[in-house]
Amino acid sequence: MENFFLDNEDILFQLEHMDLDRIISLREDDFKEAAEYPFAPVSIDDTKDSYNKVLSIIGELCGEYLAPRAVEIDEEGVALENGEVRYAKGTREVLDLFAKADLMGFSIPRKFGGLNFPSIILTIAAEIVSRADASFLNFGLQQDIGETLNKFGSESQKAEILPKLATGEYGSAMILTEPDAGSDLQAVNLKAHQDANGNWYLNGVKRFITNGNGDVGLVLARSEEDLSGARGLSFFLYKRDEHMKIRRLEHKLGIHGSPTCELQFNNAPATLVGERKRGLSKYTMWLMNSARLGIAAQAAGIAEAAYREARKYAQERIQFNHPIEEFPPIYEMLTEMKVAIEAGRALLYETARFVDLKEGLEEMKEKYPERAAEFKADLKKYSRLANLFTPMVKAYNTEMANKAAYDAIQIHGGTGYMHDFIVERLYRDARITNIYEGTTQLQIVAAIGGVTSGTAASIIDEYEQEDYSHVPELHETLRKAKFNFEKTLVGVKEVDKKDFATYHSRRLVEMATDVIQGYLLLRDAKYSGRKKKVAEVFMEKMDARIRANMSFILDEKGILIDNYKDIIG
Amino acid sequence: MGLNLIVLVKQVPDTQNITGEAMKEDGTVNRAALPAIFNPDDLHALEAALEVKETIPGTKVNVLTMGPPSAVQVLKDSLYRGADFTALISDRKFAGADTLATSYALKCAIEKIGAYDLVFCGRQAIDGDTAQVGPQTAEKLGINQITNVSMIESIDPKKKEVVARRSIEGGFEIVKSGFPVLVTINDEEYIPRPPSVIRMMTYKNASVEGNGGTYDESYMNSAQVKRNQDVISLWDIATINADVESCGLSGSPTKVKKIESVILKSEDIKMIENTGDAIAQMVHELIADHTLG
Repeated sequence: MENFFLDNEDILFQLEHMDLDRIISLREDDFKEAAEYPFAPVSIDDTKDSYNKVLSIIGELCGEYLAPRAVEIDEEGVALENGEVRYAKGTREVLDLFAKADLMGFSIPRKFGGLNFPSIILTIAAEIVSRADASFLNFGLQQDIGETLNKFGSESQKAEILPKLATGEYGSAMILTEPDAGSDLQAVNLKAHQDANGNWYLNGVKRFITNGNGDVGLVLARSEEDLSGARGLSFFLYKRDEHMKIRRLEHKLGIHGSPTCELQFNNAPATLVGERKRGLSKYTMWLMNSARLGIAAQAAGIAEAAYREARKYAQERIQFNHPIEEFPPIYEMLTEMKVAIEAGRALLYETARFVDLKEGLEEMKEKYPERAAEFKADLKKYSRLANLFTPMVKAYNTEMANKAAYDAIQIHGGTGYMHDFIVERLYRDARITNIYEGTTQLQIVAAIGGVTSGTAASIIDEYEQEDYSHVPELHETLRKAKFNFEKTLVGVKEVDKKDFATYHSRRLVEMATDVIQGYLLLRDAKYSGRKKKVAEVFMEKMDARIRANMSFILDEKGILIDNYKDIIG
Repeated sequence: MGLNLIVLVKQVPDTQNITGEAMKEDGTVNRAALPAIFNPDDLHALEAALEVKETIPGTKVNVLTMGPPSAVQVLKDSLYRGADFTALISDRKFAGADTLATSYALKCAIEKIGAYDLVFCGRQAIDGDTAQVGPQTAEKLGINQITNVSMIESIDPKKKEVVARRSIEGGFEIVKSGFPVLVTINDEEYIPRPPSVIRMMTYKNASVEGNGGTYDESYMNSAQVKRNQDVISLWDIATINADVESCGLSGSPTKVKKIESVILKSEDIKMIENTGDAIAQMVHELIADHTLG
């Protein structure tokens, strides 16, 4: 029996040593639902046990059913037939199994038929699914729409839609992008207007809509004709009917199992979600953050699959009378991949934990307004951390997955370039992760504020307070890196040159990511000798990277900014 | 009115994923090296029963297994997938049972349930591979049997009839039988459903209860599903009114004389003429050296 959860020692390690108690306490609120739902947990240990067992069921579904179908899903792809999307056969079969396993309402509340699981467990599940087939994640475990509706929708919207999402009867889509509004969603132009009775209708075109064939969608639309920019945008719940046509499916480089649709809305009836004019600033931003965490997990899964394929090949492939993994260039690539995956996973799970703490505190605040003061400070802290860490890990993991898939092909040599080998698909699938839900460049824009304003520095200071007496030398290296990062931050602010800070923002975010991952790996080293070795390798390369970045930012002049026009013409 | 279905399942060593030496030096099975799993064909049998349940409202699926206390895991797994009631038939006196003694104990357990319509078994278990327990149980119950079924074609609860597709060499045959009937299911058509995570969380802590002999029907009111409800009963030899002499080793005429690890390899080949005489001669030779017969 292949089980993609139980065979992944690093996921098991992270889960074993993760502090979930507060997240569970917030989410289960004194286990009050145990009286009402026989499957609701009665204690923290009971909850953890359920998390493990559910992940094990997902691991088996992915190992035994999804992964063996991934090649066929990729080859068959999706098709548009008579205006309707047809998934690949393997996709349909596994969707049916996921629905039968009651997994479709992963993070939806129990009262709407869901499991009420936190982001951290969803994140682990998403990674496991993506290792088997990244394309399947986009609808097979799609929780973003349900979560967003649960948070901002009206009671009647929730009661109507959420139970059907939880059984898998409804598929869903986030419908944001337009031909002229990609990274710049403020330019969204699809019109929403009200008739005399106050009913809303949508008119216009949306493009690059993942799973646009879903039965329900959340649509960003311009509801205020006279207001340009974000303030004119509202958020709508649309239920699929004859007033929306799927005009075409895109032919893509990768994730062939996931349909990417162009949609034409022709006076399609919809209902407003939340308040008018908050479409982009509040609801879309929340939805995007949730989706970004999902893509970071998707990337981690692809990287894990790429590493495993590369390792297997490097062990089996004999050249010069030796398995090729004995040669330094090969074992360096493999080791770097593994270290990067584990560093990425540690950051991913830390991010999901911050998101859970933030969401849990927000929910408590809503439930118990009289206790708002009690939650205020932590809520502010975890909101900031979630807002910083989400784009940070999205940027790191998706770039890392591309590198892992790239090196996995490199290790395979010519054979890896052939369609017959899994790494060829992984390379294609990885390529979208650092583009959709915001390119890496946009993640940097989202993260840089938290890096320069002190959120990063404060969490790094907090990590610094923990006990690292088990690794004194590594700790010393990390403290130096921390110092260099802080020095660079100050130095950038002192340079008075147009575009200088923006030019270096990616490097600054990377420095912050490096230091944070350093602390997370030192924390892990407490529990395992192997993790200490991982931290040693990470720290050596990280130390050099930090110094290189610092030197490039502070000692050089940023001449590219002056010369680029003359060079590219 | 729904049907009352019984599924017979078995926990077996996973002979496909051997993690160490499968056999001890003395020739007995090294169970420690073989993870225990739900017998694969039995998962298809359970799926067949659950699909009947989905088409005929009010149908109940009862799952029985005979085995050591650890076999409760296949009962839990059955609950996770949709079974309504399960019983572990377990007693030291059942130990060492061959197919005859096993089918006798299962017959006694089935009779304890009372009125039933269909009994589903996997075609065979991957440990013994005899495919005998299903047919023997039907014989002891004195009911019809349809073996090697790939698909239940239709069920008519009013006429009390089932039509099944039975795999035979080179094709299939469609067989009709009245109730009660025992069917053995193969792995050709049904795709076993995964465990439901909601049912798993509901039943994962269910405890095994000896219930002193009465067939508890309280589970049937699904609205009253409660944690740790009595969904796994423990039935010992007295509970199922079995005759001790017919159970376990004493009820088992089969004696294992010796187990050998046979490694098949091709040796020299022998060509014969394609004539009736030559083939008859070869068959005689094969019988003489005990390859056949």
